[in-house]
Amino acid sequence: MAENKGILVFGEIAEGKLPSITTELLGCGRKLADELNEDLSCLLASDAVGDLSKEAIAFGADKVYVVEDAALKQYEADCYMQVADQVIGQVSPRIILLGNTPMGADLAPHLAFRLQVGLSTDCLELSIDPGTKQLMQTSSVYGGNAQAIFTTEALPQIATTRVKAMSPIERDESRKGEVIPTKVAIDMSKVKTKIVGTIKEEVTGVKLEDAPVIVSGGRGCGGPDPYNTTLKELADVVKGAVGASRPPCDNGWVPEAMHIGLTGKIVAPDVYIAIAISGASQHMSGCSGSKNIIAINKDPEANIFKQAHFGVVGKFEDVVPALTTKLKELLAG
Amino acid sequence: MPINMIVCCKQVPDPEAPPASFKVVGDKMTVPPDVKPVVSPYDENAVEAALRIKGTIGGKITVISLGNNLTRDVIKKPLSVGGDELILLEDAAFEEGDSWATANALAAAIKKVGEYDLILCGRQSADWGAGQVGLGIAEILGIPALSVVRKVEIVDGKAKVERAVRDGYEVVEVELPALLTITSELGDLRYAALKGIMAAAKKQPIVWKPADIGLEPSQVGAAGRHVKLAKLFQPVRETKCEIIEGDTPAEAGANLAVKLREAKIL
Repeated sequence: MAENKGILVFGEIAEGKLPSITTELLGCGRKLADELNEDLSCLLASDAVGDLSKEAIAFGADKVYVVEDAALKQYEADCYMQVADQVIGQVSPRIILLGNTPMGADLAPHLAFRLQVGLSTDCLELSIDPGTKQLMQTSSVYGGNAQAIFTTEALPQIATTRVKAMSPIERDESRKGEVIPTKVAIDMSKVKTKIVGTIKEEVTGVKLEDAPVIVSGGRGCGGPDPYNTTLKELADVVKGAVGASRPPCDNGWVPEAMHIGLTGKIVAPDVYIAIAISGASQHMSGCSGSKNIIAINKDPEANIFKQAHFGVVGKFEDVVPALTTKLKELLAG
Repeated sequence: MPINMIVCCKQVPDPEAPPASFKVVGDKMTVPPDVKPVVSPYDENAVEAALRIKGTIGGKITVISLGNNLTRDVIKKPLSVGGDELILLEDAAFEEGDSWATANALAAAIKKVGEYDLILCGRQSADWGAGQVGLGIAEILGIPALSVVRKVEIVDGKAKVERAVRDGYEVVEVELPALLTITSELGDLRYAALKGIMAAAKKQPIVWKPADIGLEPSQVGAAGRHVKLAKLFQPVRETKCEIIEGDTPAEAGANLAVKLREAKIL
């Protein structure tokens, strides 16, 4: 292999667009590439990439490797690893970045073990050590109860980043870059998995990830009903979405699509209203980026009050309807 | 047809313990003695997945755990609910490994077990939580893998699984042998019956040292790491919570509404 140089971002494509995780990775990769004075490359592999290669350049890529193949319509490790093997061989990067998403979190360990190098997952911060040029990788560990800074010596260094942890750079259409169409012969005999169906479990109304206000319920809600009544009524008044911590999802009170936390969705709304949520670290990992956290909990010792900006101590059944009624009145006036 | 299953289980400090009980001392995480060790929750989900398969088509469940000074009544839990055999990779040399060292040792042990159709792991551990070990084992063994699985059944000699993705799931078929990492949506591990606990108490685990799985001490634990830990710390959060009062909880709720409007938050 040639000398390892530059940064390679594994881009994703969702509904014909670059999802925010990909522009975040490009933003982070751009910053690191500038510090190293090396190139930022992006791989886009799908059945149809179209103009998204130009979009990746507008968001910071110097080179975009485009692999188009019908077999890449949906992510499957056995197909994508064949693409990764070839493109990594071609680019010989110093650093490989992926998103901590259903695709990236699956692909990254495959890559690291195939290349026999280290990997840090779900990173919150990435920086270059100016002396060694090594990537310093900060991840949360122990369910968010601590953070660790990891380093790896062998190249390429590989990391996945947490959704919303990195910032995209401003889109600039005048930015110049090179699109490199790349042919990969995918050997289907090596593909041992077959996707036979995709089932959407989308929640209706405002999408959690995009909602400026989230009303979220925890184990203390006691059952499915408050999510459709007390919480929903508040969310409707503030034009927000309803979310949940993990126990309500595991108990089947609400669908997993509403799960906010370390292993669910990562959200960062303007206002996060946590109702009957104790504030376990693994939940807070999913919402600590919120601008304002408001807690309603009957336990004054609940951990949530250590991270909230405003709080009310009381049973949610008493507090929330009054909050909703008063807000409705104030917002109308 | 019954199948051979291997489930990898890790012993961790109870992640449900209050956040304040986790304290970094030096470069190590410590918990007070009242925080008991448990089987990492997603690994329990993996055991439950194996038990459901055993319950429908039959099979043998071999559980493998890696560590040192493992607490017997904790790590034997999978046996008490229906696991058939427990192998412990237990030695001081296994301590402080990273995902690489752990997956490498588990893969070596699985090779020694020899017969397997399905390997089940939790999607990530409750302590370091990297989510690499399962997929790493699959890569070392050269078998297909699916991560974050919420349902699994064996149909016509293949595993048919539901893999959780954003806003839904994919139904995927995979040829055996295969490795799956399991998520909490699959369901909690069943409770052990008294009979099961008694049977597990009598069963002795098989203990393997690095040499038993063909590895040098330099290849396992801290010595076998690919990722170095430069620093472990607990960031200080300096949020000051303003508690809104009222004569009744309802009045406090209404006062909160006024406050949020005044502060132009809503």
